[in-house]
Amino acid sequence: MNTLIFLQHYWWVIISLLGALLIFMFFVQGVQGMLYEVGRTPEERDIVVGVIGHKWELTFTVLVTFGGAFFASFPLFYSTSFGGATYVWTAILLAFVIQAVAFEFRRKPGNLLGDKTYEWFLMINGFAGPLLLGMAFATLFTGAPFTVDRMNLLEAGGDTVISRWATPWHGLDAVADVRNWMLGIIVLSLSRVLAMHYLLATLNDSEMRERARERSGLNAVPCIVLLPVFVGAVCCLTGASYGDGVDIIAYEHYRYFNTFVEMPWFIPLLLGGVGLLVYGCFTGWWNGNRRALWFSGAGTVLTFFTLILLSGWNHACYYVSTVDMQSSLNIANSSSSEFTLKVMAWVSLFIPFVVAYIWYVWRALFRRVETPGDTKRMNIIDFFNSVKF
Amino acid sequence: MNDFLQTVDWSRAQFALTAAYHWFFVPLTLGLGVMCAIMETLYVRTGSDFWKRTVRFWMRLFGINFAVGVATGLILEFEFGTNWSNYSHFVGDIFGAPLAVEGIMAFFLESTFVAVMFFGWDKVSKRFHLAATWLTAIGANLSALWILVANAWMQHPVGCTFNVHTMRNEMTSFSEVLFSPAAMTKFFHTVTSAFVLAAVFVAGVSAWYLLRSRERRMARSSMTIAAVFGLVSSVAAAFTGDLSGGVMARTQPMKLAAVEALYDGSEGAPLVVAGIFKPESERDGGEAFRFKIEIPKMLSVMSFHDADAYVAGINDLLHGNPGRDMLSVEQKMERGRVVIEQLARLREAKKCYDADTVSQVEALFDPSTPEGAEFLREYFAYFGYGYLRAPEQAVPPVPLLFWSFRVMVGAGCLFLLLFALLCWQAYRNRLYVRNSRWLFHACIWSIPLAYISSQAGWIVAEVGRQPWVIQDLMPVDAAISQLPSASVKTTFFIFLLLFTALFIAEIRIMLRQIAIGPESPGELRRNTKAAKKQKR
Repeated sequence: MNTLIFLQHYWWVIISLLGALLIFMFFVQGVQGMLYEVGRTPEERDIVVGVIGHKWELTFTVLVTFGGAFFASFPLFYSTSFGGATYVWTAILLAFVIQAVAFEFRRKPGNLLGDKTYEWFLMINGFAGPLLLGMAFATLFTGAPFTVDRMNLLEAGGDTVISRWATPWHGLDAVADVRNWMLGIIVLSLSRVLAMHYLLATLNDSEMRERARERSGLNAVPCIVLLPVFVGAVCCLTGASYGDGVDIIAYEHYRYFNTFVEMPWFIPLLLGGVGLLVYGCFTGWWNGNRRALWFSGAGTVLTFFTLILLSGWNHACYYVSTVDMQSSLNIANSSSSEFTLKVMAWVSLFIPFVVAYIWYVWRALFRRVETPGDTKRMNIIDFFNSVKF
Repeated sequence: MNDFLQTVDWSRAQFALTAAYHWFFVPLTLGLGVMCAIMETLYVRTGSDFWKRTVRFWMRLFGINFAVGVATGLILEFEFGTNWSNYSHFVGDIFGAPLAVEGIMAFFLESTFVAVMFFGWDKVSKRFHLAATWLTAIGANLSALWILVANAWMQHPVGCTFNVHTMRNEMTSFSEVLFSPAAMTKFFHTVTSAFVLAAVFVAGVSAWYLLRSRERRMARSSMTIAAVFGLVSSVAAAFTGDLSGGVMARTQPMKLAAVEALYDGSEGAPLVVAGIFKPESERDGGEAFRFKIEIPKMLSVMSFHDADAYVAGINDLLHGNPGRDMLSVEQKMERGRVVIEQLARLREAKKCYDADTVSQVEALFDPSTPEGAEFLREYFAYFGYGYLRAPEQAVPPVPLLFWSFRVMVGAGCLFLLLFALLCWQAYRNRLYVRNSRWLFHACIWSIPLAYISSQAGWIVAEVGRQPWVIQDLMPVDAAISQLPSASVKTTFFIFLLLFTALFIAEIRIMLRQIAIGPESPGELRRNTKAAKKQKR
C-alpha cells in the first residue's frame, strides 16, 4: 500500500470515527426532543435543559470538526454533496443554529421571542437534527442523483459547475428512498434512547428517572428492529467499486456483503457494536441501570463507525451517483493530495490529547446531579439566572 | 444566463449577510475573552472578591455573545459547500486543512474550557479556573488564526501548485500558506482591531454606569483596564494596518487603487483624505473628484514607505502601462484563455488516449521545469482572467471602498485618541463624572462606531477583492454551485429574518443584563457557598 492510499484509508477512519461520535453526541438532541415528555413542569424542564445545557457546545464542535475534516480530506464530496443536496443541508444547519441560541436565550429576560419559542427551537432541533443527518448518512449507501466532471471548469462563459445535481430537488430526493428513512428513524430513536440513558446517569430524582427508564424502552424498539433490517438491506445493495490505479468504476452486486466476506473482521466489529447497544437498551429499561449509557454509547460509536467505514473501504464508492456511475465518489478519486493528507495526519495526532483534556475537565467539573437545586446551579442558563433579575 | 448572474449575486449577498452577522458577534468574543482573563488574573493575584464580581459580570456578557457567534460560524463553514461548490473543489486541498486544524486545535479548546469558565467557579481551584479562562480566550483567537489564514490565501494564493488532472490547486508548503505576509498581517490586524472593539465596549458600558452613579468602583476599574488594553491594541492595529496596506500594494494593486480612488498612477502619489465624487457621466478619464482634500506623497509613503514610489492607478491596471511593464486586463484575459485552451487540449487528448499531447500539457504546468515555471508565471498567474466577460469587470466598486476605508481608519484614529485620553484621565485619577462627563458620553457613542468601523474593514477586505474569489485565479462567477436563483433568494431571506431576530434578541438581552448589573457582594457570597457545598 503506497503512502497516498494509506492516508486515504486513514482519513476515512477518522471521518468514520467523527461521524460515529457525532451520532453518539445526539443524546443532547434526544433530550431536547423529549423535553415535554420527561419534564412535566416548568421546573422539571429546567432540570432537563440544565443537564444538557453545558454539552451542546461539544456536539456543535464535533459537527463542525466533522464538516471541516470532510472538507479537508475529501473536498470533492464536500463540494458535491453540500453544493448539490443544498436544501437538506440548509435545513440541517438552520436546525442547529436555532439550537445554539435557544440554550443561551431561553430563560433570559428580554429574549424577544419568549421562552416557549426557544423550547420549540430545542424540540425542532431534537427531531430534525438526528432524522435529517441519519438520512444524509444513509445516502453513503443508497447514493444520490449527481454528476461530476472536473473539466466543466473549462466552459468559460457557460456553465462551469463541476458537481451538478440531476434533479431540481437538491437533496429532497432522499425522501423517496425507504432505506434513507430507515436510517433516519434509527438515528432519531437512538438519540432518544441515549438521551434517556444519559438522564438515568445524571438525575437522582426517582420519579423523573422512572419516566426516563420507561421511555428508554419504548424508544429502543424502532432502533433495535430497524437496525438489522437496514444492515440486511445494505448487504443486498448493488454498489459501485473502483480498482487500484484505474479510473473506471463498475457496478458490483452485493457490494457491502462482499466486504464482510473479504474483510471478515468487520463482522465482529458490527456484532460487538450492536450487541453492546442492545445490552445497553435492555439493562437501561429492565432495571434502570445508571451505567446503561456506557454500553449503549459504546455500542452506538462502534456500530456507526463500522457502518461508515464499510461505505468507503474495500474499493467501495462511498457516494454512488444514481445517474452516472462514473461520477461516483470514492476515497481515491475525491481525496485531497498526499501532501495535504500528510500535514493533516500530523495534526490528527493531537486528537488523543484533545480527548484526554476533555475527559479530565468533565470529570473535574460535573458530578452526578443530586437535587433539582443542584442542577440549577450547574448549567449555563441558570448560572446567569442565579444573578438577580 | 440571467438566472445564472442572479444566482451569483444572491449567493454573494447571502455570504456577505452571514459574514457580516458573524463578525458582529465574534470581535467582542475575541477581545472580551482576553479582558476577562486579565481581570481574573488580578482576582487570583489579589484574592479580592471585588475582582471576582467584576470578572463574573463581564463573563456573563461574554456568554450571551458567544453562542450566536458559534451558530453563525457554523453556517459560514457550510456555505462554502452549499453556495460555492466549485470554489470548494478548486481550493479544498488548501482551504480544508486550516479549517480542520481549526476544529481539532481551537474549537475543542474553546468549547471545553468555556464550560469551566462558566461552571467551574469554586468547584475547581482558582488557578485551574484562571487557566481555563485564558485557554478559552486563546482558543477563540486561535480559531480566528486558522480561518484568517484561509481568507488570506484567497487574497494572495501561495504555497500551491495547479494539478491539471484534478483541476484544482494543491498545497505544496503548509508553512508558506500559514506564514505568508498576507496571512500574518491579516491575522494580527483583525485580532487587534477586535480587541479595540471589545475595549470600546467595556469602556462604553463602564461609562454608562459612571454617568448613572452605579457600580462606580467596578466601572472605573474596568474602564482603566479597557483604556490601557484599548490603547495598546489601537497602536498595534494601526501598525498592522500599515503593514496590511504594504502587502495590498504589492499583491492586490487594483484593490489599493480602488480604495484610494486613484485612477491615474503617479510617483509620489497623494492620499485623498476626503472628497466629493463626480457623477460617472461627468468623469472624463482620470479625475474622480469634484472636490478633495489630499496629503501630498502620503499614499506612496503608506504603500511602499517611500515618498517617491510609484503607485499604480485603476487606468494603468485596466488599460496597461507599457512604461511600467504593466499588462492591461485585456492582455491578461487573453493569457487566461490560453491556459483554458491548453487544459481543453488536455481534455480532448485524454478522451483520444493521446499520450504525447497529455505529456506536453503536463509539462506546461510542471513548476520544476524552466518551460513549466515560465508558463505558470506568465500565463497561469492570469488563469481567472480567462473567465471575465469584459475588462471593466476587474474593477471593484470604487466609492464603497473609498468611504469604507475612511470610516475604518477615521474611527481607528478616534479610538486611539479616546483611549489615550482615558489613560491620561485614569493616570491623574480623574475618571469621575465631574471631570470626564463628555468623555464618558464619547465612550458610549463609540460603541456603535466601533461596530460600524469593524464592518467597514471587512468591506474593504472582501469587496476590494472583487471580482475574484481567489485573487487572479478564480472569479466569483466560476465559483458558485448550480442552484436556481429563486432558491438562493429564499435562503437569503430566511437567514436575514433569522439573523435579524437573533441580533435584536441579543441586543435586548445584553442591554437588560447591563441594566441588572453585577451580583451584589451578598449574592456573590451565597453563590460561592452553594457551589462549594455542591463540590463537597
